[in-house]
Amino acid sequence: MERKDYERLRWRCIRRALLELDITLTRFLDDGFSSLDEVQQQAFVALADLEDYDLWDLITGKAEIDDPVMSEVVAMLRKSRVRLAE
Amino acid sequence: MSIPVLKFDAVIVGAGGAGLRSAIQLSEAGLKTAVLSKVFPTRSHTVAAQGGVAASLGNSEEDHWTWHMYDTVKGSDWLGDQDAIEFMCRKANEVVVELEHYGMPFDRTDDGKIYQRPFGGHMSNFGEKPVRRSCAAADRTGHAMLHAMYQRNVKANTQFFVEWMALDLIRDEEGHVIGVTAMEMETGQVVIFHSRATIFATGGAGRIYYSSTNAFINTGDGLGMAARAGIPLEDMEFWQFHPTGVAGAGVLITEGVRGEGGILRNSSKERFMERYAPNAKDLASRDVVSRAMATEIKEGRGCGVNKDYVLLDITHLDPATIMKRLPGIHEIGIQFAGVDCLKEPLPVVPTCHYQMGGIPTHYSGRVVVPQNGDFNTVVPGFYAGGECACASVHGANRLGTNSLLDLLVFGKSAGDSAVEDLKAGKAHRDLPKDAADKALARIAAIDNRKGGANVHETRLAMQRTMQDHAGVFRFGDMLKQGVEKILEVEKAARQLEIKDKSMAWNTARSEALEMENLIEVAKATMISAEARKESRGAHVRDDAPDTEEFPNGRNDKEWLKHTLFSPVDNSITYKPVNLQPLTVETVALKTRSY
Ligand SMILES: Cc1cc2nc3c(=O)[nH]c(=O)nc-3n(C[C@H](O)[C@H](O)[C@H](O)COP(=O)(O)OP(=O)(O)OC[C@H]3O[C@@H](n4cnc5c(N)ncnc54)[C@H](O)[C@@H]3O)c2cc1C
Repeated sequence: MERKDYERLRWRCIRRALLELDITLTRFLDDGFSSLDEVQQQAFVALADLEDYDLWDLITGKAEIDDPVMSEVVAMLRKSRVRLAE
Repeated sequence: MSIPVLKFDAVIVGAGGAGLRSAIQLSEAGLKTAVLSKVFPTRSHTVAAQGGVAASLGNSEEDHWTWHMYDTVKGSDWLGDQDAIEFMCRKANEVVVELEHYGMPFDRTDDGKIYQRPFGGHMSNFGEKPVRRSCAAADRTGHAMLHAMYQRNVKANTQFFVEWMALDLIRDEEGHVIGVTAMEMETGQVVIFHSRATIFATGGAGRIYYSSTNAFINTGDGLGMAARAGIPLEDMEFWQFHPTGVAGAGVLITEGVRGEGGILRNSSKERFMERYAPNAKDLASRDVVSRAMATEIKEGRGCGVNKDYVLLDITHLDPATIMKRLPGIHEIGIQFAGVDCLKEPLPVVPTCHYQMGGIPTHYSGRVVVPQNGDFNTVVPGFYAGGECACASVHGANRLGTNSLLDLLVFGKSAGDSAVEDLKAGKAHRDLPKDAADKALARIAAIDNRKGGANVHETRLAMQRTMQDHAGVFRFGDMLKQGVEKILEVEKAARQLEIKDKSMAWNTARSEALEMENLIEVAKATMISAEARKESRGAHVRDDAPDTEEFPNGRNDKEWLKHTLFSPVDNSITYKPVNLQPLTVETVALKTRSY
C-alpha cells in the first residue's frame, strides 16, 4: 500500500468515535495489518470506512457481513481483540 | 509564502453535538457557515454517548425544570453559575423536542411519548427521590443525535471541511477573533479561514489521563488554541471520573446500567453504596460513587489478585431487559473484560471521563475574559459550546446526561448569539499580515527539529503524571510534585520531533500538533488543582477532609470561586460564582449529600 493511502487509513483507525475501536484497530494496524495480502488490505480499508457501531457490531459478532474477504478480515480483528482481553 | 484565504460569515471548529447544533442556527439564518472537523462529523466523540439527554418533560412521572435546576446546582457542589444553570434547565424541553422534529428516534412509551429513565443525581422534588428524566435512543443516543443534526445541516447548506485540523486562533490587534488557521490533512496545506464569527466546539481533553473513557481524538485542541491566544482556562482542576470504566481498558460501562438496577459490590459481595449514600445508593452522583469505590479499594476491599477494582453486578436483572435496554454492555464485558455480565459481575474502576472546566463563556455562548475589573468582558467574534466550554453549568461536578443537554443548549445559544451579532452588520475585519505565522512556525519547528522529544513517549509521561498526581483522589505533596513534573514534560512537549516529513497525510505531525494542545490542558489542570486547597465536587483532596466546620472538605468562605488559569505566565486568578439565577430564587448553599 502506498504511504499516503496507509497514512489516511491510519488516521481513520486511530481517530474513531468509539474508544473500543481506537484500541482494537490501532492494535491491529500495529501487528496484524502488515501480514494481510493486497485484497485483504483493501477489505480492511472498506471495513474502516464503516460507521463505528456497524464495525463494532461485526467485531463483536452481533452482525455478519456477506463479502467473504471482509468477513475473513473481521475474523482476524476478532482474534486481535480477544488477545486484548487476556 | 502566500497562504490561501477562505472567507465565511462563521467558522465552527468541531462537528460533534455542539458544533452541529450551532451550525444549524447559523446556516438556517442564511449565513455562510463552515464547519471544520478532524474526522467525518458522525465520527465525532458525541457518538459514544449512550445514556441519554436530560429534560424535565415529565413523561413518565411528574417533573419540573426547577427540580432539575436544583439537582444541577447541587451536583455542581454550588460552583455552577445559577444564571447559566437556570437557562439550561429551562431550555431543555425545547431543544429535546426540536431534536425530535429533526428526526431523532427517541425510545417511546406505550402511549407514544419519549421514554425516560432514571440517571444518577437526577431527583424529584428538590432531592427527594430518583426521577425519570433521561431521554434516550436505545444505547445510541449520541449517534442518533449527530445523524439527525448532520442531515439537518446538509439541508441548510452548511459547508463541511472534513479531515481538516484547526491549528490556531487568529486575533487582531484589538483582540477581536477573526478566524482560524487550519491544515487540510490530505495535502498538508495550511489555509486561513477568515470569519466574522468563530465558534469552538472541539470537545474534551480526556486523553491527558492514562486511564480514560475518552476516545483518542479528545486532545483538547480548542483549549490549546485558546490558551496560545492568551485566553484563560476556567476551573480546569475539575475532572469527572466515571465510576465504571472496565478495569484495564478504560472502556465505559454506561451509568444506565445502574439506572436499570445494577449494583456495586466489594470483595465480600457487599452492596457498599448503602453505607455512602443511603437514599440514592448506586444512583448517587458520579463523584460520590467514584470516591466510594476508591475508598473500598484503598481500604483493601477491592477484588482480583491486586484488589484494585470492584464489581458491577447485573446478574439479578432479567436478561431480556438487559439485552433490550442495554444491549452494548453484554458485548463490552465479553470483549474487554472477558466476562459474561448476564452470569458474572463486571470488574470496574473510576476512570477519567469528563472535563467540567474549559474556555470561559457566558450562557449566551460568548467567550468572556477578565478585563479592567470586569470578569465577563466579551472577546468579540469568539464563541464556544459543548465540552470545550465552561458556561459554567457543571461547576465542580457534572450530572450524567447534562452534557448532551449542555451541547444542545449552548451550541444553539452560541449560534443564536453569533447570528445576532452578525445581523448587527459587522464586516470582516482586516487580516493582520502575520495571521498565519504562529501556526506555520509551529509546524516548521516540528518538521525541522533534530534530537527532539518523541511524541508517544512525551504523551505517556504526561498521562502517567496526571493519573498519579491529579487523579480521583488528590494529595497536597503529590500535587506539588505534579506541578514540577508536568512543567518538565512541558519542556519536552515544546521540543517534539517527528521522523516523517511528508506534506500529505502526515499523521505523525498531526499527533505532534495535538500533543501541543494536550500539554496546555494538563498544565492548566495540575496547577489549578494544586492551588485549590479545599475539596469540592470532583476535586477531592486528602488534606481537605470532611469536618464539622467544612463538611465534605468544602470551604465556601475561601473557595466559592472559579479558577482562571492564565496560560501566558502560568498564573491563577479567581472570579466569583454567580449565585443569582435569572428568574427564581437562589438555590441556597447547603452541604451536598445524597
Ligand atoms: C463514553 C462516553 C459516554 C458518554 N455518555 C454521555 C451520556 O449518555 N449523556 C451525556 O449527556 N453525556 C455523555 N458523555 C459526554 C458527552 O458525550 C460529551 O461531553 C459530548 O458529546 C461532547 O460533545 P462536543 O460536541 O462538545 O464534542 P465532540 O462530540 O467530542 O466533538 C468534537 C469535534 O471537534 C472536532 N475537533 C476537535 N479538535 C479539532 C481541530 N483541531 N480541528 C478541527 N476539528 C476539531 C472533532 O473532529 C469533533 O468533530 C459521554 C462521554 C463519553 C466519553
